[in-house]
Amino acid sequence: MSIDPALAFRGTSLTFANGTRALDGIDLEVRPGEFVSLVGPSGCGKSTMLRLAAGFETATAGAVDVNTGHLGYVFQEATLLPWRTVARNVELPAELAGVPKAERREAARDAIERVGLAGFEKHRPSQLSGGMRMRASIARALTMKPELFLFDEPFGALDEITRQHLNSEVGNLFVRDGFAGVFVTHSVPESVFMSTRVVVLTGRPGQIAADIPVPFDFPRDPELRYTPAFANLAAEVSAALRGAKQEAAA
Amino acid sequence: MTATLETPVETTGTEAPQRKRTLWPFKTAPIRVFAPVAVFVLVIAAWAASSHLLVPEASRFLLPPPEAVIAEGLLDPMARNEILTALWNTVQVALCGLAIAIVLGVLFAVVMSQTRWAEFSLYPYAVVLQTIPILAVVPLFGFWFGYEFGSRVIVCVMVSLFPVITNTLFGLKSVAPAEHDLFTLHGATRFQRLWKLQLPAALPAMISGFKISGGQAIIGSIVADFFFRQGVPGIGRMIDVYRQRLATEELLTALLLSSLVGLCLFWAFDLLAGRVDRMHGKR
Ligand SMILES: Nc1ncnc2c1ncn2[C@@H]1O[C@H](COP(=O)(O)OP(=O)(O)O)[C@@H](O)[C@H]1O
Ligand SMILES: [Mg+2]
Repeated sequence: MSIDPALAFRGTSLTFANGTRALDGIDLEVRPGEFVSLVGPSGCGKSTMLRLAAGFETATAGAVDVNTGHLGYVFQEATLLPWRTVARNVELPAELAGVPKAERREAARDAIERVGLAGFEKHRPSQLSGGMRMRASIARALTMKPELFLFDEPFGALDEITRQHLNSEVGNLFVRDGFAGVFVTHSVPESVFMSTRVVVLTGRPGQIAADIPVPFDFPRDPELRYTPAFANLAAEVSAALRGAKQEAAA
Repeated sequence: MTATLETPVETTGTEAPQRKRTLWPFKTAPIRVFAPVAVFVLVIAAWAASSHLLVPEASRFLLPPPEAVIAEGLLDPMARNEILTALWNTVQVALCGLAIAIVLGVLFAVVMSQTRWAEFSLYPYAVVLQTIPILAVVPLFGFWFGYEFGSRVIVCVMVSLFPVITNTLFGLKSVAPAEHDLFTLHGATRFQRLWKLQLPAALPAMISGFKISGGQAIIGSIVADFFFRQGVPGIGRMIDVYRQRLATEELLTALLLSSLVGLCLFWAFDLLAGRVDRMHGKR
């Protein structure tokens, strides 16, 4: 591939100040049009990889290159400010960047529409279901027009049906915008359904145990989950994950 | 692919239920009114019973029954005016002190929240405010600042500052790490973080602090007045006068009305807290 990666880990390691070695020698490139899922045992450094990409943490060895200023980040919780309405929450990034009111209202309205929350602009987060809150959170990230879109286990707390809905919707956004996506999850089927590649990490310190391409075309039909090809791939990821866990235990 | 996602939105799970129509026309639940009223009636009854049945006729002036207190403390225009005028002076001092304590306390807490250096160097002294025996300080303030309004206000500020500082500081620091990350991600300035994240998040805790400080300020105002024995008299001085005169009816009236003022202040903050909680989606 000749396109520059939107995100590149180059021999990246991170040891926290308290001595916890979270990541060790990660090499990973994610290009526009790629959607990479990260799976691995809990505490193996998946969130830390996203936090490095977002600049919340600094690598203690190696480098993290981000080649875009358009970064979308969806946190594990919806992380909406409870005293703000949906519209005002979605507007927040532009507000902090000093974008004029009319302009950011407009952008927020578009984003809210794209995640199917039109009509809920004036609602407060407490009046929304978990799934709707997550949609608002995605809308907020969309206002950044992300070229690199990071998701940290965003749907872990949702029920299965809502989760599958949102999987398809993020897929639609990916198809339309062609961003580089990194999606942390602990659900194997979700990782396969969402991505063009599944990267399996070992237990702490996280290292890349397997990098499994997912060949299915986009847009993906929800029924894909029930095909034999899907099941085979899920089994492969699962096996790699088990291997990674055993390695961690050994 | 269409630009818009078309999957239907799930219905909201936590919409406030429609309130049922009943004979009770108020927002507050009946139990919130009847329960305290019942306690009030019981206490008054116990008071009346003790006064009439336990205390011998000759020393009944030590614990006059409720009806005597109402007659001599509230219904007697002379006593009533005397008490209400004094109380108003006390309340003015207290409110002024409280307002200053709120402004100063929030300011201190904000400064302390911004740098560890400021927090570590100032916090111990905020605690000292709480531990200084106010009775020893009042006469000193009298010597230094005189016995009028300003001096009394300083006493009130001193006793009501600490709850504002601690609660505000606690609130400012209670912001979830993910919310801080969000602001970091979008390059928020220190001021934006404070104004758009920390202060709004701290509001409920701040108001809890104001509630405590309100009561403290009134007590401060009364104590200053009681020990100054000079300057425009407030309810503290009247309490002293009634004590010397063995005017228990007036003494009790002054006591009850002072508590009532504190209670009203508390309610006012409670109302405000309710609004803030609704704003935060908590009620
Ligand atoms: N700020 C920090 N200081 C010390 N240790 C941390 C810090 N943040 C995370 N860790 C530790 O680093 C490891 C990786 O964390 P994380 O990336 O959150 O794991 P996960 O793969 O579950 O997302 C965990 O053991 C966690 O406890
Ligand atoms: Mg994590």
